[in-house]
Amino acid sequence: MEYPSKLVERAVDEISHLPGIGKKTALRLVLHLLKQPEESTSQLSTALNELRANIKYCRTCHMIADEDQCIHCNSSYRDPSVICVVEDSPDVLAITNTGEYNGLFHVLGGRISPMDGIGPDHVKIDSLVSRVKNRKEEIKEIVLALSATMEGDTTAYYISKVLKDTGVKITTIARGISVGSEIEYADEVTLGRSIVTRTEMGD
Amino acid sequence: MNLNQLNLTGFKNYAEASFDFAPGINCLIGKNGSGKTNLLDAIYYLAFAKTAFNTTDAQNIHNGQSSMTSFGKFENDLVVACNYEKRKGKTLKVNGEEEKKISNHVGAIPIVMTTPDDTDIIRESSEYRKKFFDGAIAQMNHDYLKNLIDFNKLLKQRNEHLKKAEDPNQINHTLLDTYDAKMLPVAGRISAGRNDFLKTYIPFFEKSYASLHKTEEIPSIIFKSDVLSENFPNQFSDSRKRDILMQRTLIGPHRDQYDFLLNNEAIKKFGSQGQQKTFIIGLKLAEFDMLSDAKGKRPLLLLDDIFDKLDDDRIASMVKLLSAQKRFGQIFITDARRERSKTFFKKQSVNFIEIK
Repeated sequence: MEYPSKLVERAVDEISHLPGIGKKTALRLVLHLLKQPEESTSQLSTALNELRANIKYCRTCHMIADEDQCIHCNSSYRDPSVICVVEDSPDVLAITNTGEYNGLFHVLGGRISPMDGIGPDHVKIDSLVSRVKNRKEEIKEIVLALSATMEGDTTAYYISKVLKDTGVKITTIARGISVGSEIEYADEVTLGRSIVTRTEMGD
Repeated sequence: MNLNQLNLTGFKNYAEASFDFAPGINCLIGKNGSGKTNLLDAIYYLAFAKTAFNTTDAQNIHNGQSSMTSFGKFENDLVVACNYEKRKGKTLKVNGEEEKKISNHVGAIPIVMTTPDDTDIIRESSEYRKKFFDGAIAQMNHDYLKNLIDFNKLLKQRNEHLKKAEDPNQINHTLLDTYDAKMLPVAGRISAGRNDFLKTYIPFFEKSYASLHKTEEIPSIIFKSDVLSENFPNQFSDSRKRDILMQRTLIGPHRDQYDFLLNNEAIKKFGSQGQQKTFIIGLKLAEFDMLSDAKGKRPLLLLDDIFDKLDDDRIASMVKLLSAQKRFGQIFITDARRERSKTFFKKQSVNFIEIK
């Protein structure tokens, strides 16, 4: 594509590096920004600069935070006896949005996959182990909420092995038929799994 | 199962092309390099969403284009399209709907294909024989294919960890325990799947071999696997020390072995070219018979350059076999020699397609 100006070309190039954005969308965004008042562009760039400069990660659970401790670890309303282990920050948001979980989190920052150069040392498993060991009396349950992929399963299994001698109860989120879907369209593996891990009917 | 029409865009040597096929025998005639084999490969893409040969998807794109599509219309309004686009990757659509898991589609369009490279199945390492059987089993058994995909991924991860450790102290034994625990049940299912398949397959094979060749020769197939032994879990954990030393996983279903024998001697070493060719055709016909039996429909039969190196008598009996009433469904044959096919297929109703 030919650009009318080198400045536009550079902005398009930078924006098109973002996930899900191609050259065309990037160009549309750039031209849109040029039509807006100047303040709105400088507000955007200030926000991005400050984000990068000041963002912190919670020293306990590694969630994105403004302070040394994240809002969850700081909260007195959350139940500190349950820790939910997730792969990344968006998973924390997804789980809190359900409104069904009120414990703390632990963000691994990835999942074990030697093929991609990620070994157990590259994700925050050691810090999870010491976190559990330090508060063994207090912690009642570790919930593993990892993707239902081979790497997610491997990571979950590995964590359950390294936490075994702490004696803390370890659970994993249920896998089964998604709400509102029909059984006949469910894939066999999921359906099989949901039958094996069936639950008793509640009231 | 009949393929009525095939449309190609940017596929190998075809920038844009469309072909109509007949239900019975379709004979593709054209000079070397005209694209006969490529056309068979395009049909293969509709069934497996990958090439039958050792090329990457990107290498199969027509010069100067950025994507390729093989689009097929089958009987009963079944439409399958396989598209590969540089950077975007591959999509498979069945009746317009994207099939996210390609392994779910394998087997929906049963295919048996022979190419001149098939002699590798006999002459080369056991790897080639395993590939042939894995392909045959996968078309009949979805779970087998899924297990195989899972196992290969786990094996790759385990080997990668073994490879990255510069000295044995860097090995994370808990991680190896994790992979071992995940691999063992899958490994067992794969080798048992191979063993069970072979038990059903061998009678089909003995029958097809006998129908090709009237002699006293006794062909047999032997399957060897450490995984099937009761002691395998122990062997697997005992092998870890050596695995660490060699930086790869030394035992498992990836080391399973098939041996082909003729009168109890390795056909690889002692079989003549003719015997080897007959053996291969026997293997493929048995795959065809077993697949039609399991699916209740006849697979597409893709025969690449099958008359090559055969004398006139053998070609005549091959033509007779292929024309047998009701045994086969739709057949695609390639031939570079126009007159040969026209002569041998004179009496049959064959749809000749000239490829330029």
